Amino acid sequence: MSDFVYFFTFQDASIAFVVIGIILLGIGSAYVGTYSFLDKKALLGDAISHAVLPGICLGFMLAGEKNPIYIVSGAFLSGALATFLTSWLKSNTRLSDDAIIASILSIFFGFGIVFLTVIQKSGNPEMAGLNQFIFGNAIAILEEDLYIYGGLAILIIITLSVFRKEFSMLVFNADFGKSIGYPMGAIRLVFNVLMILAVVIGIQAIGVVLMAALLIAPGAAARFWTDNLGKLLLIAGAFSAISGIIGTYVSFVIPQMPTGPWVVVFLSIFAFVSFLFAPKKGVLSRFVARKHYLKKTHQDHLLKSIFHGLEGGKKTFAIEEIYEAFPYKKKDTRHTITNLISDNLITVDQGLITFTPKGKSEAKRIVRLHRLWELYLNEYMNIAPDHVHDSAEKLEHILTPELEALLENRLNYPKLDPHQETIPRDTDEL
Amino acid sequence: MTGDAISHAVLPGIVIGFFVSGSQRGLEVIIGAGLLGILTTLIINWLKTKAKVQLDASIGITFTLLFAIGIILINMLAYKVDLDQECVLYGEIAYLPIDLWITDAGFSMGPRITYLAILNLVLVSGFIFLLYKELSITSFDENFGIVIGLPAGAINLALMSMVSYTTVSSFEAVGAILVVALLVVPPATAFLWTKKLTSLIKLTCGLGIFIALAGYYLAYVVDSSIAGMMVAVGGVVFLGSALIKSIRPNLLFGTSAPGKPLEI
Repeated sequence: MSDFVYFFTFQDASIAFVVIGIILLGIGSAYVGTYSFLDKKALLGDAISHAVLPGICLGFMLAGEKNPIYIVSGAFLSGALATFLTSWLKSNTRLSDDAIIASILSIFFGFGIVFLTVIQKSGNPEMAGLNQFIFGNAIAILEEDLYIYGGLAILIIITLSVFRKEFSMLVFNADFGKSIGYPMGAIRLVFNVLMILAVVIGIQAIGVVLMAALLIAPGAAARFWTDNLGKLLLIAGAFSAISGIIGTYVSFVIPQMPTGPWVVVFLSIFAFVSFLFAPKKGVLSRFVARKHYLKKTHQDHLLKSIFHGLEGGKKTFAIEEIYEAFPYKKKDTRHTITNLISDNLITVDQGLITFTPKGKSEAKRIVRLHRLWELYLNEYMNIAPDHVHDSAEKLEHILTPELEALLENRLNYPKLDPHQETIPRDTDEL
Repeated sequence: MTGDAISHAVLPGIVIGFFVSGSQRGLEVIIGAGLLGILTTLIINWLKTKAKVQLDASIGITFTLLFAIGIILINMLAYKVDLDQECVLYGEIAYLPIDLWITDAGFSMGPRITYLAILNLVLVSGFIFLLYKELSITSFDENFGIVIGLPAGAINLALMSMVSYTTVSSFEAVGAILVVALLVVPPATAFLWTKKLTSLIKLTCGLGIFIALAGYYLAYVVDSSIAGMMVAVGGVVFLGSALIKSIRPNLLFGTSAPGKPLEI
């Protein structure tokens, strides 16, 4: 507990630096990552993050120590080379995207490992810090590092906010942007630069292997909560910043733990919770909505078949006939009948079903929508009467009262549908 | 890209296998990794079809999460298992000859990993030889395979299990990340040179052998990681091939001035 208080009251200035750093970095990479996720190029971030390793090692070799400027520029250059090679291979060979990305990623990483082992054999005492770049150690962020990494993160956030319109155009419809005269090539170049920068600033805290998660997961998770780009960026940034703070806290409390994996684990928890439980788009709510819809359609079908029976001249409708009308669905049907009774739409007396007034008007409404839609398709779309049933069978469940009024108006309150059957109205006798 | 995802994602399985069996030799390691490999394929598939996450994002999220869990497990169990982060990253072929397989009679049979590699080679070649037709059909036209009654899902799962098994058996030698290079780079390079499946496979094998030998020699010369150098050689071959293939058409067929039209 005292650890908790100590950490979150920022008594130690270095903890404050680390937390500020990881928040800026999280938001920056989440912003870039969200755009590249929308651009369906999420794995490019993975390739870049592995590809910066040789640059880091070369920067270290040239500087002879862990100098952030050398390391950042080395990482940036090798990331840029990897991005360039990826797009060059894409336009000059017939290899598939994922083969290109996997090759570039592993080749650059291989070179990185070669340089790393060469440095190891050289026996430079500073080299211990270099391993941190692979798995990340946010606690090691110093004040001077913060100015560089934080400054770059702020640069990314500001650029993306100022040119939001241009970048949205790039990811949603680049051809449109080109046709109205925007320099899309230059915009893509700037975007790639920002993406590489986001990876470069993340390597110290998260590490090269897992940096991809920081680019991909926030955007993918936030996408389940909103359809609005502005909100999407905010939510993605928040997810990433919060998991950054928690991850740093864990690696502060348990010193031998690297920060990167913990940040990624918390970020993935956010992502999986979003996938499962987000309203509207989550797996759970889509499952519930589907169940609900299936229940409503079955109820509509039952009412309709009872209505057809009554229309044929019967006074009452035997419950057994309903079961026969929907074979293999006996359990559902029994359940739906119970629901209909409790909703006061039908009454069942000794196995015979009769409509209540409310049920009769509901059944008429469904049959009316069905037949109105058939007539509309026939008259306005010139579809033959024997082809209109299937479409009407689907739309009868979803046509709204407004659309119904519009159809009635358009068709001039018709009496008969294309099959010469009466379109039932509330005022009609049944 | 699934190969990449699996090779990262089997890490927790390997660590748990190490922990359960207490040694690197255990069958548990291979079972754990195999299970994780299949689990990865299933999670990616579930995210894509059920949760409607786009494919690249579902791959990215799945393998980074599993890799992160693997690293955390290594750190938690650091004092209990003989496995560290460096080994995961780039393996060390150079130490493997020390790890001998000694029979009960005390007779040394040579490095254990050699036998593992031979076993893997036999399994993979057998798998491809027996299921060559089925694999070709499901890789080129999965829907056609389903239509003519092939169990496409099962064949895919078997292929992915083969990938995970190969990853695991190469893990000690080259590390979790560089396995990807050995899985992807030779076929990608060969693909630039040929369009026929049989010659693609032959060329891939040849390249694999060349990369291994040249990488080993160069690593010996500059005294660096063998696995890293193998991948670096593979990369040079790959990029060189891409460069040659992209230039050659211009030299051979490209014409600066249009030829004279036919005269009547």
